[in-house]
Amino acid sequence: MTSEPRPATPASTGSPLVSLKHVNKHFGELHVLRDINLEVARGEVVVVIGPSGSGKSTLCRAINRLETIDDGEITIDGKVLPAEGKALAKLRADVGMVFQSFNLFAHKSILENVTLGPVKVKGMKSGEAKDLAMSLLKRVGVDNQAQKLPAQLSGGQQQRVAIARALAMQPKVMLFDEPTSALDPEMINEVLDAMVSLAKEGMTMIVVTHEMGFARRAADRVIFMADGQIVEQATPEEFFTNPQSERARDFLGKILSH
Amino acid sequence: MENYLSLFETYNVPEAFWVNIQLSFWAAIWALIIGTVLALFRISPIPSLQWFGAAYVNIFRNTPLTIILAFGFLGLFSVMQINLAGELDVSLFRIAIVGLSLYHAAFVCEAIRSGVNTVPIGQAEAARAIGLSFLPAARLIILPQAFRGAIAPLGNVLIALIKNSTVAAAGSVATEASGLMKTMIEFRSDLVIPIFLTFALGFVILVIPIGLLTTWASRKLAVAR
Repeated sequence: MTSEPRPATPASTGSPLVSLKHVNKHFGELHVLRDINLEVARGEVVVVIGPSGSGKSTLCRAINRLETIDDGEITIDGKVLPAEGKALAKLRADVGMVFQSFNLFAHKSILENVTLGPVKVKGMKSGEAKDLAMSLLKRVGVDNQAQKLPAQLSGGQQQRVAIARALAMQPKVMLFDEPTSALDPEMINEVLDAMVSLAKEGMTMIVVTHEMGFARRAADRVIFMADGQIVEQATPEEFFTNPQSERARDFLGKILSH
Repeated sequence: MENYLSLFETYNVPEAFWVNIQLSFWAAIWALIIGTVLALFRISPIPSLQWFGAAYVNIFRNTPLTIILAFGFLGLFSVMQINLAGELDVSLFRIAIVGLSLYHAAFVCEAIRSGVNTVPIGQAEAARAIGLSFLPAARLIILPQAFRGAIAPLGNVLIALIKNSTVAAAGSVATEASGLMKTMIEFRSDLVIPIFLTFALGFVILVIPIGLLTTWASRKLAVAR
């Protein structure tokens, strides 16, 4: 893998693909998202890092409304996230999501996991969906497991299937909520490699992760969150070599010291 | 012994059990349908449907079956003149099925809900994330896994239903097994204990395979995670 950063897409060209304006959320007393403002441009790869409990996962889940927000506005490709119902489902189909715990449909084969969305949500013909699924599974290197059930695969394989499942919906943006945190160390790289190649193909990605190597290799921008706020944002180069805030210096000191 | 065997010449015991089997069969199907709909209500995102599901379950689960079936006969049939068939005995038979179905639907609902609880929340989130709305997500992802997790409790409901079908006597379905047993005891008081044992054994024979089958199926169909 090269360490050369992708050409950064300036956020100023065109309308942002994902935009959050003054987003707030509470869990009871806890103010988990504090006045979040964020714009993600088409083709941009944004990595969100921060200590646990900083709200980064909640932020990621709020973007396809798996978490509701108290106030503020989230738009995807210019459309405000609907509250519920069919309109929300339609918008979610444009937003791919990869979870920490994979969440493959446990009673369906690997192939069915990937074809289900295109067939049931988009009305694609099953033959066509199968071809699409097989090409995506091949791309992430698990096409030889297509007939198995999720529980028969390793964590790394399951997570790559989850990426293929999300890609099958041809999403405008992909959200990754700590995609490697539940994996054994030897499986982390196979998933990260799939994500890096996705980033290089120009997919818009918002990635919550603890993998600093991935941030260096693939991110256009790093966002550092703490206590529900965006404390700092910069290119990976800037952020890792010259963090501006005390919180970020402290955090990086803790994780990069060994 | 000869005395005992003569019972079976006078009274058609298998036919009486056949009535219970039919009652149970139809009531099981309707209870499964109604119970599934109720479970959908209870897990739906719509508060009024959740409320209805909860109210239904609490009312029917907490009302004695005898009262429900007696109401079917006295209330629905006699007073309100609701007639489900041309012939009297068919009508009473159907009303008993309605009562048994409505009552056991509450238990089916709760069994399915316990099955839903075996499905990790991530399954629903993943279904929503690919753009499935509530009903398709429930039909394609949640319920198929929930049913497989609910086989054992559903088996228990079916066992209870088969035994409870004897309460149909309270709805004046006199031809079913416990009704026949009462008649036999009345006329053959010399054989009270053998008669009891006969009917008890009959139900044990009916129910045991269901317990075995559901235990086997719940292992066989368990969702690997």
